Amino acid sequence: MKVKMLSRNPDNYVRETKLDLQRVPRNYDPTLHPFEVPREYVRALNATKLERVFAKPFLASLDGHRDGVNCLAKHPKNLATILSGACDGEVRIWNLTQRNCIRTIQAHEGFVRGICTRFCGTSFFTVGDDKTVKQWKMDGPGYGEEEEPLHTILGKTVYTGIDHHWKEAVFATCGQQVDIWDEQRTNPICSMTWGFDSISSVKFNPVETFLLGSCASDRNIVLYDMRQATPLKKVILDMRTNTICWNPMEAFIFTAANEDYNLYTFDMRALDTPVMVHMDHVSAVLDVDYSPTGKEFVSASFDKSIRIFPVDKSRSREVYHTKRMQHVICVKWTSDSKYIMCGSDEMNIRLWKANASEKLGVLTSREKAAKDYNQKLKEKFQHYPHIKRIARHRHLPKSIYSQIQEQRIMKEARRRKEVNRIKHSKPGSVPIVSEKKKHIVAVVK
Amino acid sequence: MTANRLAESLLALSQQEELVDLPKDYLLSGSEDEGDNDGEREHQKLLEAISSLDGKNRRKLAERSEASLKVSEFNVSSEGSGEKLVLADLLEPVKTSSSLATVKKQLNRVKSKKTVELPLNKEEIERIHREVAFNKTAKVLSKWDPVVLKNRQAEQLVFPLEKEEPAIAPIEHVLSGWKARTPLEQEIFNLLHKNKQPVADPLLTPVEKASLQAMSLEEAKMRRAELQRARALQSYYEAKARREKKIKSKKYHKVVKKGKAKKALKEFEQLRKVNPAAALEELEKIEKARMMERMSLKHQNSGKWAKSKAIMAKYDLEARQAMQEQLAKNKELTQKLQVASESEEEEGGTEEKVEELLVPDVVNEVQMNADGPNPWMLRSCTSDTKEAATQEDPEQLPEPEAHEVSESEGEDRPVAEEEILLREFEERRSLRKRSELSQDAEPAGSQETKDSSSQEVLSELRVLSQKLKENDQSRKQKASSEGTIPQVQREEPATEEEEPLLLQRPERVQTLEELEELGKEECFQNKELSRPVLEGQQSERTPNNRPDAPKKKKKEQMIDLQNLLTTQSPSVKSLAVPTIEELEDEEERNQRQMIKEAFAGDDVIRDFLKEKREAVEASKPKDVDLTLPGWGEWGGVGLKPSAKKRRRFLIKAPEGPPRKDKNLPNVIINEKRNIHTAAHQVRVLPYPFTHHWQFERTIQTPIGSTWNTQRAFQKLTTPKVVTKPGHIINPIKAEDVGYRSSSRSDLSVIQRNPKRITTRHKKQLKKSSVD
Repeated sequence: MKVKMLSRNPDNYVRETKLDLQRVPRNYDPTLHPFEVPREYVRALNATKLERVFAKPFLASLDGHRDGVNCLAKHPKNLATILSGACDGEVRIWNLTQRNCIRTIQAHEGFVRGICTRFCGTSFFTVGDDKTVKQWKMDGPGYGEEEEPLHTILGKTVYTGIDHHWKEAVFATCGQQVDIWDEQRTNPICSMTWGFDSISSVKFNPVETFLLGSCASDRNIVLYDMRQATPLKKVILDMRTNTICWNPMEAFIFTAANEDYNLYTFDMRALDTPVMVHMDHVSAVLDVDYSPTGKEFVSASFDKSIRIFPVDKSRSREVYHTKRMQHVICVKWTSDSKYIMCGSDEMNIRLWKANASEKLGVLTSREKAAKDYNQKLKEKFQHYPHIKRIARHRHLPKSIYSQIQEQRIMKEARRRKEVNRIKHSKPGSVPIVSEKKKHIVAVVK
Repeated sequence: MTANRLAESLLALSQQEELVDLPKDYLLSGSEDEGDNDGEREHQKLLEAISSLDGKNRRKLAERSEASLKVSEFNVSSEGSGEKLVLADLLEPVKTSSSLATVKKQLNRVKSKKTVELPLNKEEIERIHREVAFNKTAKVLSKWDPVVLKNRQAEQLVFPLEKEEPAIAPIEHVLSGWKARTPLEQEIFNLLHKNKQPVADPLLTPVEKASLQAMSLEEAKMRRAELQRARALQSYYEAKARREKKIKSKKYHKVVKKGKAKKALKEFEQLRKVNPAAALEELEKIEKARMMERMSLKHQNSGKWAKSKAIMAKYDLEARQAMQEQLAKNKELTQKLQVASESEEEEGGTEEKVEELLVPDVVNEVQMNADGPNPWMLRSCTSDTKEAATQEDPEQLPEPEAHEVSESEGEDRPVAEEEILLREFEERRSLRKRSELSQDAEPAGSQETKDSSSQEVLSELRVLSQKLKENDQSRKQKASSEGTIPQVQREEPATEEEEPLLLQRPERVQTLEELEELGKEECFQNKELSRPVLEGQQSERTPNNRPDAPKKKKKEQMIDLQNLLTTQSPSVKSLAVPTIEELEDEEERNQRQMIKEAFAGDDVIRDFLKEKREAVEASKPKDVDLTLPGWGEWGGVGLKPSAKKRRRFLIKAPEGPPRKDKNLPNVIINEKRNIHTAAHQVRVLPYPFTHHWQFERTIQTPIGSTWNTQRAFQKLTTPKVVTKPGHIINPIKAEDVGYRSSSRSDLSVIQRNPKRITTRHKKQLKKSSVD
């Protein structure tokens, strides 16, 4: 009797080397794989749920400061190094991988108002309440050497902020006016004013490096051109802007963190209307920093939370908070766009993942493929009510939650009133102002 | 006198060179004149008199008095008139005296000078500066627009943007660090060394070097010149050929052709003498040309020219001669040279043809078909139009040829014939279309083709009408035969012979009619003669219903839904259904019968219909009955409210919209909104989509690897932003995107510009220096 056996040609299922893809014979006939939409929907739902399950963004807390952390700076060449200045004049340099402080300097008397690193990463500058600008070496002093600054410049007035040029040995300080300094000189090579008020922060444009933006306490944002040594334009907002940040990928875009709980993204060529108003915070926004990819930014607020906004969305995609984190004063996005650091009132620097549910470490190719697929599925089905609800759900502290409710009610009331006013007045007499234009008081040439 | 005085005063003023304002000037001059009051004048006179008393001629001192506002004695004042005083007015009286020319000139010069405008205030200046600077900056920034747009719309962005160049070590370094270990490697190295394979930078073997140096410069130049010359010659030749080709004269071309032919002949003769082998080849070539000619049928009097000549041939001797010549040529060309293989018959055939050459084409072609009894050609006769023509030809019909089989078949199958006709029609149409196309393409010779095509169409139409008539007749005959002969077998004796042949070749059972025939053979007893064809078919498929009267059956078909569901839908069989299928059908029927028997108890269809009826009832809007029993009349058990009352308090529900499954007998569509599924459905069209079908389409295309190939899956799931862990992403640079960044550093620009430190700052600086 002949026995019939199944036999297959190994060429059809054995791969030549182990680097090849697995040879899996597959039949893509759609009749064999029915219900593609429901199946993908279920997969998307599961992916969304898993994302929420794995959303554990908090990585580490760096403690050691003896007063609130007032300013942060990234090392331009080293991802693991960050610098922080506290309200007691202390500057600390941290190592993120080891999560410890590697150097402590008593830099100023009073607050350290601003800190910035030189573009090459060999030294950094601090300004403080003691009216000085100090330049420090990045490396610590050798054995037996004393910890002292490379240079110290004593100014007339208090400097409230500092930023270094992205390519040259020039830095800018702000206080009563915006000064531009050559590193080698003790006098500013150029100083620019427009009006008389204290300027709270100044930032160099990272792309077109001769541009500067500053914000003053008389509610305005002023743009300067360093090469022509002149201010360019001024926009006056409803309330004071605390700081601005330039988009590192789009030369003319910057975002301003405002006291009125909102952030405004401007195209600097058209200041009369912001490109986008970002609202979700329930208290003054104190700091903002762009992701190095230029697609998102993070904002720190007085409401004890930090939020991540996509540049083109008006609502935040993520909110981070912990029980112990108080008013967040400064925030930075690391140069590899993977992490976020924030310094807050209660003397801690916290390290967060930029993508809450991301797995750290090296991924295998299959993990990567699964991650990408899940991401695409979430994107594809993001408008479905169940998925949307799960993806948007965040737990918030009671204070923020109740504040949000309150804000909503207030906003609704304001809107209702506006509508009623329009309804009961002569048509056309009450202009309808868009949300974007509402907050701009004037643009001064 | 006054004029003189005035002039004097003016001169004095111009010497002072501080002439600023005319009215002032006037006032000054006027002050020297006598005052308007007499007392003053008298006083002056008195003074003069006193001075003259002195005796000495005292020098008179220039004296100035205060300017009075009202000095208008000598009509120079503009007061009252409201006009401004112009210098020209003052100069008018001076014109007469020529001694004052220099003064006038100076005055004119003064007049031509303009006053300088007031400088703008500081704020204004700064504003202008700022605006200019802003515009400049905006312009600089706008170069980023395309980059930004591209990045925003990019499918995928990989950060860091700048590419890290892989370090490529030069080959010498690699080789120097290499050591041959295995024997194979050593062997290879030995080989390389033997051939003096270079290791250093110019990687050329000596042979290669030599070959590179082989061609010297002069040589190369010469070669180039040669090539150039050749190219030039070729172009000349081409131009000449083109020119000659353009010549329209027929005579010229004829002469040229003849000349060529003669030349060729001469050459051939010569060749035959000199080199017989080559001559043979040449001969073969000529023979081939002749064959080609023969195939092309160029000289068959079918051309335009030939036709016109044929018409004229009756009257014109010359034309006749030309025709003869043409025919002779044709004969010569078409005659085969080798006689060995030719049979007598064919010889005769060709002769026949030659004889018939004078007759128009169509007949000629027919004849050709007739004398070539090619079975293959006959096989495909149904599609061949010319064959159809032969069928139609009355002369051909009686011939008992082999290919008559198909013809007779065609006769007893009117439907098939019709089909053939249809096919013919289509062919004609396509032909016409093609001809039209060609007309479009070449407007030159279009007229004749059109004419011919139209003629063709006409003739075709005629032929077709004839055929149709014939078909009708044959059908009538058939009907009559059916009527008279009680049996189903009603084929003509000619086809009877062919019957077995038909059965042998099942693929030839091509039409409905034939199928019907076969069916009839199976169940020929009950066949009703008057019943139409389709019904017969149906009866054959539903053998259970057969015993019913046809009328009743019809009615049933109209009404009974159930029947509609159970009966196999009268699917139109394709014309090419083979008989084997019929057998299969039978098997299927048997199977169905068996299944029916097995599930005789449960009537699924009736249940379904019941269910549907219930669903329809449930979905209908209900009437509202508001009658209150016992209200206004006696109530109690067993008492019903009166009909009047019920009618009065019954609120009729409005008729709802028609159900979607009203016309679908075997479907129930639930029209209620399902809240369980609604929770999973998108209610509002999401933002970037403008139409719901766009959104649906994106949802419906699966992206998973279950439905896509590996490659497609990877492409579909590419993330929008890719970052490498541990890599610093620097801000975008002008060099990254291909722009030239400004070479000047920002700092140098500042230092070159004179420092514009504000005054406040200057003060501060001063203070600090003092400190």
